[in-house]
Amino acid sequence: MDIKPITVEELNKYIKNKIDGDEFLNNVYVKGEISNFKLHYTGHMYFTLKDEKSLVKCIMFKSYTGYLNFMPKDGMKVCILGSVSVFERDGVYQIYAKAMKQDGIGTLYEAYEKLKAKLEAEGLFDKEHKKKIPMFPKTIGVLTSSTGAVIRDIINVGVRRNPNVHIRLIPVPVQGPGAEKDIIQGIKEFNEKKLADVIILGRGGGSLEDLWPFNEEALAYAIYESEIPIISAVGHETDFTIADFVADLRAPTPSAAAELAVPNIEDVKYTISTYESRYKTSLKRKIQLMNLRYEKCMTRRVFKEPMQKVNEKYILIDNLVKKLNTNITDVLNKAKLNLSKNATRIDALSPMKIIARGYTISEKDGKIVKSAKEVNVGDLVELKYIDGNIKANVIEKNERK
Amino acid sequence: MKEDINFEDAMEKLEKIAEELESEDLSLDASVKKFEEGMELSKKCNEILQNAEKKITVLINGEEQNFSVNNEE
Repeated sequence: MDIKPITVEELNKYIKNKIDGDEFLNNVYVKGEISNFKLHYTGHMYFTLKDEKSLVKCIMFKSYTGYLNFMPKDGMKVCILGSVSVFERDGVYQIYAKAMKQDGIGTLYEAYEKLKAKLEAEGLFDKEHKKKIPMFPKTIGVLTSSTGAVIRDIINVGVRRNPNVHIRLIPVPVQGPGAEKDIIQGIKEFNEKKLADVIILGRGGGSLEDLWPFNEEALAYAIYESEIPIISAVGHETDFTIADFVADLRAPTPSAAAELAVPNIEDVKYTISTYESRYKTSLKRKIQLMNLRYEKCMTRRVFKEPMQKVNEKYILIDNLVKKLNTNITDVLNKAKLNLSKNATRIDALSPMKIIARGYTISEKDGKIVKSAKEVNVGDLVELKYIDGNIKANVIEKNERK
Repeated sequence: MKEDINFEDAMEKLEKIAEELESEDLSLDASVKKFEEGMELSKKCNEILQNAEKKITVLINGEEQNFSVNNEE
């Protein structure tokens, strides 16, 4: 027997040609579960398709991945359309996938969807039930692992926003079976002892399996029943867990959760100072307005020259007094004139004046004799002259009839 | 220091007082009163902010201890 050996290369090439020439293998439709999924930086996807008994290598080139409506992940059940070919260098055959769709979707995903629908129907996601995150919580409760980036991010962001914040951590496992039990216990502890004003429930991203504790029904109820508002920051922005739906607020990342829980103290101070300046401005304005009214009022004449009215009255009084004076002087002058007139007249009538002209006054017993009848012959009468008196006896009397 | 005044309520009240003060109908006397009330409230709010105490603690088995993050990744 003289058989000429062929090279490995020749063998692989031969097999490749055989397989490539096979109609059936040129167009296969295979179902299985993805594992070992790797997205290469070139954009090609490398993974293994497996079922209970077997596995086969698969590759999907970048030119096809753009048509996918989902991101393949380990554990995902898929159906692949492609061709089988041999990679000569390694001597392995693999499926060159051209299209892929999710097959019945993995059981975990199914369970997730089912639970989500159930809890939603029960009202656990209702907006009305969501509690308000306090504006200025003094203590931030955190439920996460005591190691790793999550707690560090929360502390960093929290302290940066408010240097006086109190962050209280109850360390809990955030993945693996039964992790939800510790998380539930943590929520209860915070609530029973009132150890926090708001709770952040956090963990970093991961596969559906990793995040599974956050999809447990019991945890959903614990979050729902918590008196303290809960902010969830589970997984990456694109991964939603049941916990995210039940939580009072969902943050895309743990840092964002800290931002939502801890107000920036400078902002709060600024807000307060804005109120203060608003108060000052409005009070100032009110006072200015009052001042304006006051000044307007004061420009009126009554206030500007308050003595004017009084002065006017004074003038009036003065005038009256003047008038009164004039009147009285008139009366007085008239009276004086009258008096002097009468005095002259009286003077002219004075008996002395008459006596001076040669007349005499005769008196009998001290009384002036005005008639001859008053005297009888023999009476003693006194005769008064301008320069003296004489006494005489009546000798004769002739009465005129 | 225990504060009986709730921060949310205080902030809400600050806003309300600002609106009242800005309204034209409030008399000067009432304005002064509101102003004083508001300033007092804002002082209290600032006190609440100042009086918080920085603490990073960890609660294990109901026991509280100081907590520091180890920087190992």
